[in-house]
Amino acid sequence: MSTPAATRKHYLNADFSLKSWLLTTDHKRIALLYLFSVLVFFSLGAVFAAIMRLNLLTPQGDLVQAETYNKLFTMHGLIMIFFFLIPSIPAVLGNFLIPIMIGARDVAFPRLNLASWYIFVLGGLFTISAALSGGVDTGWTFYTPFSSIYSTSHVALTVAGIFVVGFSSILTGLNFMVTIHTMRAPGMTWFRMPLFIWSMYATSLIFILGTPVLAISLVLIGVERLLHLGIFDPRLGGDPLLFQHLFWFYSHPAVYVMILPGMGVVSEIIPCFARKKIFGYHFIAFSSLAIAVIGFLVWGHHMFVSGQSVYAGMAFSALSFLVAVPSAIKVFNWTATLYGGAVSFDTPMLYAFGFIGLFTIGGLTGLFLATLGMDIHVHDTYFVIAHFHYIMVGSAVMGFLGGLHYWWPKITGKMYPEAWGRVAALIGFIGFNLTFFPQFILGYLGMPRRYHMYPPEFQTLNVLSTAGASILGVGYLLPLLYLLWSLRYAPAAGANPWGATGLEWQTPSPPPTENFEQVPVVGEEPYTYPTMEAEVV
Amino acid sequence: MNEHVIPPRLYVAIWAALVVLTLLTTGIAYVDLGLFNPIVALTIAVCKATLVVLFFMHVYYRTRLTWVFIAAGVLWLGLLIGFVLTDALSRGWILTPAPWTTAV
Amino acid sequence: MSESAIALAHQFEDLEQQHRAGWLGMWIFLATEVMFFGGMFAGYALYRTLYPAAFAEGSRQLEIAWGATNTLVLICSSLTMAMAVHQAEVGRRGRLIGYLVGTMALGVMFLGIKGIEYAHKFEHHLVPGSGFEFPAPFARNAQIFFSFYFAMTGMHALHMLVGLGLLTALLIRAWQNEFTPGHHAAVEITGLYWHFVDIVWIFLFPLLYLIERHR
Repeated sequence: MSTPAATRKHYLNADFSLKSWLLTTDHKRIALLYLFSVLVFFSLGAVFAAIMRLNLLTPQGDLVQAETYNKLFTMHGLIMIFFFLIPSIPAVLGNFLIPIMIGARDVAFPRLNLASWYIFVLGGLFTISAALSGGVDTGWTFYTPFSSIYSTSHVALTVAGIFVVGFSSILTGLNFMVTIHTMRAPGMTWFRMPLFIWSMYATSLIFILGTPVLAISLVLIGVERLLHLGIFDPRLGGDPLLFQHLFWFYSHPAVYVMILPGMGVVSEIIPCFARKKIFGYHFIAFSSLAIAVIGFLVWGHHMFVSGQSVYAGMAFSALSFLVAVPSAIKVFNWTATLYGGAVSFDTPMLYAFGFIGLFTIGGLTGLFLATLGMDIHVHDTYFVIAHFHYIMVGSAVMGFLGGLHYWWPKITGKMYPEAWGRVAALIGFIGFNLTFFPQFILGYLGMPRRYHMYPPEFQTLNVLSTAGASILGVGYLLPLLYLLWSLRYAPAAGANPWGATGLEWQTPSPPPTENFEQVPVVGEEPYTYPTMEAEVV
Repeated sequence: MNEHVIPPRLYVAIWAALVVLTLLTTGIAYVDLGLFNPIVALTIAVCKATLVVLFFMHVYYRTRLTWVFIAAGVLWLGLLIGFVLTDALSRGWILTPAPWTTAV
Repeated sequence: MSESAIALAHQFEDLEQQHRAGWLGMWIFLATEVMFFGGMFAGYALYRTLYPAAFAEGSRQLEIAWGATNTLVLICSSLTMAMAVHQAEVGRRGRLIGYLVGTMALGVMFLGIKGIEYAHKFEHHLVPGSGFEFPAPFARNAQIFFSFYFAMTGMHALHMLVGLGLLTALLIRAWQNEFTPGHHAAVEITGLYWHFVDIVWIFLFPLLYLIERHR
């Protein structure tokens, strides 16, 4: 077998200097740089959420003032979306795995890859400094003319930070697309690629075609605010809906950026832990592309009550129903894969199950919101908040954690403690549902979002939600602790502890800097389960 | 890398065409074509852009993949502008349902 | 060590793969630029549809001679850029440098003319903000026209500056004899960027300068 990790040279022990980390062009090290950064931002976003939930324990919302609350939900949204969810799986797992999964030595543009991390950090510094200077109160959606003219908070600094971090996504997407197109190993045809790669390709499409529109929207806020150019100013005949169209043209596809990678992770985990070939490979591959494409056609469903034309609303509503179809196709195919499989309930699989169940609820409630009549009732209520947290937290974060656990032995060469993994997954699942299910009810009953106070009859559900949040917090803290613990104290993991298929499991754990001793030649179809028994760890 | 080396004569010919089209679009702007003025202007602009893309940017001699990416960019731009305009133009159309009548 | 071994980056198998990756990478970047400028074109389309008369009045204040001249200047610069790529393909360093310098000179000329136009706008109180003056009844909406004029041409000018920076880098490398017929991808790829910036102006000129000139 492979030589023990302690003596063998691999990407982690190739050089221990700080400079070798900060100037690395190795995609695996860059993935870890991103992992560290996104976890820092996640913690910050979680702190803001915790303060909000504490404030919402009482109907008077007397923990913080209304203006402060506005800043809290704005910063929570901005940090979680732009600095955690959007980069998480792509920049961490995508960066680490894409070259290895296709049999390449690195991504197409390694220095650009490092640049994208520095750009990410720079954008984060801008945004944090805006927070430290007093924050921004426009909501993460920056609607004009409040953001471009009337808000007195640090809008310009914040939009500069988001503008900068957008380039990190664009460059990552560009790098991934070129890598996948031009650097696949001999024999690695498009339809032999792991489904994780298909989902990353679809995600990259969205990065490329959507993020620039966000960038220009933010620039236009900036020039209106700082140079007093009249773009959205109603006093000159400016149209606030223009901003909303430009903003949501990106920000709706952005939510597919946040879910597609998680779907890719699930597509890898399910066949492995059901010991069965994935059902409907082509359907899952094409549904990723379909989600990316159709996802660009539905943005007006955020604007049903904004003054948008009724006819546009109807078109967007119908298209929003359409986009649910490829997502459902994935859920059906994952379920069909499980059927007749030899299912085991290791931690990654628990997260995958959580993903499927919670994504189904989140996705179905999306259909309620896509229905014009229903949306009039629940728009801007907690129903919307519950819907997107079921997708973003219940699914995307679970996908991230599932992937992190699944590939942890490959990334670190260590196996995490399985019992703790399962416990944390269950605690997280319970905490999540307790936090967000009451919010569906609250929204339906009429509790509006972005308010620091609420009518007293909603208190019980709010208290339940806050209690759930504290349990969810434990569910996130535990993996942080035991994963760190595993780095030092856990037993070494072999090249393929799960008995999984895929090129990443054919190379040692952790992989050598060049990924493979020799360029692999691919002759097999993917997911040729069942394979030999998992190695004894 | 593509082996085909394009002769400079072709570049000069394309340049001449672009100059002619520029003078044409400037001149035609002074002729009243009603609502066709912007259409003609944009059509000429698209022709100029196409010449630049195909010959100055060598796309005529390249693989289909390049065409796909260019088409995607143009299509997505069309989507953005198209839906924004559709919303703006149809905002004034109010649905007035016919009143119920009691007559059979 | 052979020159191609020096030029080949470690993640690629051969120069052909490296060139293909660079070419595709630049086209994907240009697609992002299409969407970036596209947001402003969408806003322009909306407001021109809503306020056609104000946009026409605003357009008439722009100096068509300078605009048309600038369009021709950029078209010439695209020719010199294409010629520069050709010289790199056939390995003529001297002419490559000459055409690169020519392209840059034309780029600077473009920016100079833009500067003259901007100065005139300041003189005639056509810069949006508190100093904006325009005959009624178009004063309000015309300010939007001029906001888009400055935003779009300003963003375009920024891209020209970046292009000049890229060309400077190319010039230095060409001077140091880095390019050969087998290895000159950087020249071609920079050319793609330069031509794209020209294409943006090809659309900006009629949309900003040629609205209802026939009146």
